[in-house]
Amino acid sequence: MRTGPHGTRDVDDVDRIGDLDSYRGALGGLTRRDFLKYCTGIAATLGLAPEFGVRIANAATSGQRPSVIWISAQECTGCTEGLLRSYHPTLETLILDQISLDYHETLCAGAGHQAEAFREQAVEENWGSFLLVVDGAIPTKDDGIYCQIAGKTVLETVLRLAEGAGAILAMGSCAAWGGIPSSDPNPTGATAVHEILTDKTVVNIPGCPPNPYNFLSTVLHFVTFGALPALDSKNRPRFAYGRLIHENCERRPHFDAGRFAREFGDEGHRQGWCLYYLGCKGPETWANCPAIGFNDGGEGSWPVGTGHPCFGCTEQGVGFTKSIHSLAKLETVTPPTAFPRVEEEQGGAGTAAVALASGIVGAAVGAGAVLATRLGKHGPTPEQPPEGSS
Amino acid sequence: MQLNRRAFLKFAAVDGAVGAAAGGTALAAAETASAQGLQRDARAMPDDAVGLLYDSTLCIGCRACQAACKQVNGMPVDIPEVYEDWNADGTWDTAVDLSGDTLTVIQVYQHGTMAVKDRAEDGYAFVKRQCMHCTDASCISVCPVSAMTKDPVSGVVSHHPDRCIGCRYCVLACPFGVPRYEYDDPFGQIQKCQLCTNVEGQDIPACADVCPTGATLYGRTKDLQDEAERRLGMTAGEKHWFPRGALGDDRAPHEAPAAQYLNDVYGEEILGGTQCRMVSGVPFESLGYPEDVPDYSYASITEGIQHTLYKYFIAPAVLLAGLVYFAYKNARGHRPEEWD
Amino acid sequence: MAKQSDQVHAPLGGPIFTPMFFGLGLLVLVAGFFLFNRFFFGLASVTNLSDGYPWGIWIAIDLVVGTALGCAGYAIALLVYILNRGEYHPLVRPALLASLFGYALGGAAVMIDLGRYWQGYNMFLPWLSQYNSVMLETALCIAAYITVLMIEFSPVFLERLGMKNVRRKLDRVLFIFIGLGILLPTMHQSSMGTILVILGHQLSALWQTQLLPLLFLSSALFMGFAIVVFEAVLSSVGFRRPMEAYILNKLSTVMAWLLLGYLVLRLGDLIFRGDIVLAFDLGVDAVMFWIETVLHVIALVLLWPRKERASPQRMFVAASTMLAAGTVYRINCYLIGYHPGDGWSYFPTVGEIMVTVGIFSLEVMLYLIFVKKLPVLHTVERAYIEEHAAEARDQGSAPVGHAT
Repeated sequence: MRTGPHGTRDVDDVDRIGDLDSYRGALGGLTRRDFLKYCTGIAATLGLAPEFGVRIANAATSGQRPSVIWISAQECTGCTEGLLRSYHPTLETLILDQISLDYHETLCAGAGHQAEAFREQAVEENWGSFLLVVDGAIPTKDDGIYCQIAGKTVLETVLRLAEGAGAILAMGSCAAWGGIPSSDPNPTGATAVHEILTDKTVVNIPGCPPNPYNFLSTVLHFVTFGALPALDSKNRPRFAYGRLIHENCERRPHFDAGRFAREFGDEGHRQGWCLYYLGCKGPETWANCPAIGFNDGGEGSWPVGTGHPCFGCTEQGVGFTKSIHSLAKLETVTPPTAFPRVEEEQGGAGTAAVALASGIVGAAVGAGAVLATRLGKHGPTPEQPPEGSS
Repeated sequence: MQLNRRAFLKFAAVDGAVGAAAGGTALAAAETASAQGLQRDARAMPDDAVGLLYDSTLCIGCRACQAACKQVNGMPVDIPEVYEDWNADGTWDTAVDLSGDTLTVIQVYQHGTMAVKDRAEDGYAFVKRQCMHCTDASCISVCPVSAMTKDPVSGVVSHHPDRCIGCRYCVLACPFGVPRYEYDDPFGQIQKCQLCTNVEGQDIPACADVCPTGATLYGRTKDLQDEAERRLGMTAGEKHWFPRGALGDDRAPHEAPAAQYLNDVYGEEILGGTQCRMVSGVPFESLGYPEDVPDYSYASITEGIQHTLYKYFIAPAVLLAGLVYFAYKNARGHRPEEWD
Repeated sequence: MAKQSDQVHAPLGGPIFTPMFFGLGLLVLVAGFFLFNRFFFGLASVTNLSDGYPWGIWIAIDLVVGTALGCAGYAIALLVYILNRGEYHPLVRPALLASLFGYALGGAAVMIDLGRYWQGYNMFLPWLSQYNSVMLETALCIAAYITVLMIEFSPVFLERLGMKNVRRKLDRVLFIFIGLGILLPTMHQSSMGTILVILGHQLSALWQTQLLPLLFLSSALFMGFAIVVFEAVLSSVGFRRPMEAYILNKLSTVMAWLLLGYLVLRLGDLIFRGDIVLAFDLGVDAVMFWIETVLHVIALVLLWPRKERASPQRMFVAASTMLAAGTVYRINCYLIGYHPGDGWSYFPTVGEIMVTVGIFSLEVMLYLIFVKKLPVLHTVERAYIEEHAAEARDQGSAPVGHAT
């Protein structure tokens, strides 16, 4: 077994992976090597050492795929669309091989009573361990009548399923903090999932839509370790929402140098300068978009990368709330130490100069003392004034 | 032999006369406990004086002002020795203070954990430095060759390098440490902010022009004072609109929750008043702006002393007459005979 | 008043190119090297001057202390011509010479320090004059005084050149220049204090006062007297001349009263303002304040009139202490007490120090040449010199010139 430079094991070390090759069909058209890369990528997204990629691969191919029940409330299906368009791996790999997506209104093969029945069966079978994913806000006004599926309010459904869920994920900003449906004047009383399930831990994965990798990574973390990843104060996975967009933004150096695009299409904009002045919400938005891009669109492909200010979609009180061109409030995570202080040390003394100055003062005092001693021999001053004085 | 009493008294009298010309009046002033004994009248700010209002609480420390200032004034980025290891090629302007290459600079006040902006305890705050454009500026008062001038209408304090002899008395005397000299240039000159009046095609100062939040705002000083007072009246946390660029221009204002302001507008009274004003959430003293200073300008004191002593040159003329008389009377006695 | 007709000046004679002359010349050359750098590569290449401390020792020492040391002529002229103390007349010419060099080289130091020296003449253009500027008054005054000093000293050249006619004519109007020669230092020495008043809070309250002009003036006066004593003692030792001990002794009484007056003013002002408490805040300011004050007090104690005659030794030590005291006061006012804001610090570079040393060396060199070649010092009995020289040979003392 080889050990990498930081004590991590090489990804190619397959000792513990078991019979991966026989699992060929499950790799969704990926080669074994690509699959391991994918799992390692997931590990990296989670902020884990590469060796965990192997454990994730093992878990993902163990055959005991977690049952996932996906409930859609007041939503636009954007989160699903985002998921559909991920191709590292492709959706079918995800939903057929890595998770057992037992219920999803958009993706269900069946429909109507059949789908409902299948869900009930899956819930029953996996009671206490299935993963409940909710996308969309939950209307609460008038007993939640504004969103109903199969004659039941989504509020009722979520409350019931939450009882048996092993973990609950709020997918997208609507589920995580209300999103668009909760925007003023909020006619349906749209509410975030965690505000309904106040006694449960709801993992929030905000975004509009959130990057599918943040979702996948959370799921695979749960599958691999049997526990949720570390969460921040708003119950968002730290690995994805631990940093301000502003901190990792590729345009950050322009911000630091005070170079701003002032108008769309102006010189600064064409030069790729900072978009803060145009209303970029990066400085108050916590997400890993600068690092992993937007929804698997390819490297550097995210709003700021294409020249549009960040909209703050993940952030409650920013996305869908603040006007697009209003300026972001700067949230500073690290104290501003890169600035000159009010009192910066300037000037100073060279050792040689101090020595020289001391030497001169010393020599002057010494010479004076010598001279004074010699004068002592001159004897008393003449008593008589010289001729001619009064 | 000692000096006899008469001789001593005479000596004392003459010394007293000499001294009186220089400081007798100053002594009298001090002894009547009036620090302003010799002070000349305060100068009034021109009605249409312009300046900047810097709002420390709105400042985000982006240094756009610094960058724009350098751009329009054609000044290079500043790379102090301490930053040479990571900024050798000058990607960033890392000026630590005003200098011959930097007419405005953003600095930070830090305390303790620096957790919260605009808080003195365990907080931090930004501060901008540039010329305050004093109503009664020391730099103008000290300059022997009129190289510092104040525009009678706008009140902008400008520098004229073609007059300047480079004595740097203005650098020494400015209470805000604004005029700077280019020590590394054998033909260096004094540099200071002139509110972009020296820059062709710049209608308003570049720093105010580019400031994204309106933390640096340009306008008539009187209007800026009103704006500053409006801000002091805001309740912390309430959302307000803050104008950007120049007061009264048509660009969209910036909306932000008001910060907890200290109830003081810097520059209104201090040292005879400045045309640039400042509001902040932390004491100005900790932002490096002197607070424990008189309301009158230092120039009014020095000029008071000088003009009292040298008014119409009467005192020196009288003194000279007396001296010449004594010299005439006494020198004859000392002249060696051989020359007569 | 007694006649002074017996006092005639004569060149001292003796070799110019002594080892000491070459030693001083070397120091001047070193200064020249640094000056080359200053003029070709800017002030920063030689000095530690900064925007916090735009004025360094070239101003504080070369100009402010240098011209105070150059107040010998002022002090003696005041005594001889205004107070009519003719007995001090022998000291006039050497004092004038010291003044001339002190001021001329102080002026030269300013030209070195001026950032835009090539425009220095702007100072003399009336249409650019800014009459509120203390600096303008000071600079014009110093420039005028250097001219006056040259005129006052010109009889020395005229005598040497044998131009008795011109000398006589000059003599008839000399009293005007004598008057000017007292007025001008009164003006600019006090103004050197006024210069600092505008620094306001930037100058520590230990030194900042509206009495600065008066303090600088009186300090210039007693430094002027002290340098007369200092110089007289040095030249009597260096050139083996009889000491004018009687005169010097009388001078010490004047100095003592002057110093007392200064101290009363200085400390009285501090106590009156209540800022004396700052002297008990431990720090550089307080330490320098006490050094300054203690030096003044020591000088006063040494000078205080007493029944028995002060020995030359005591006189010399007192004068030196006084010079040191005045020097420290001026450095304190111009550098130590100046606080441009936290973070700034200043200590001169080797280059700055060597330029200052070079300027003072040049002063001594020129002084030696002048007294040896021109009738500056008054004549003394040849017999005394010979006797004294023999005595010195017996004791195996150093040759002429070494003592300085």
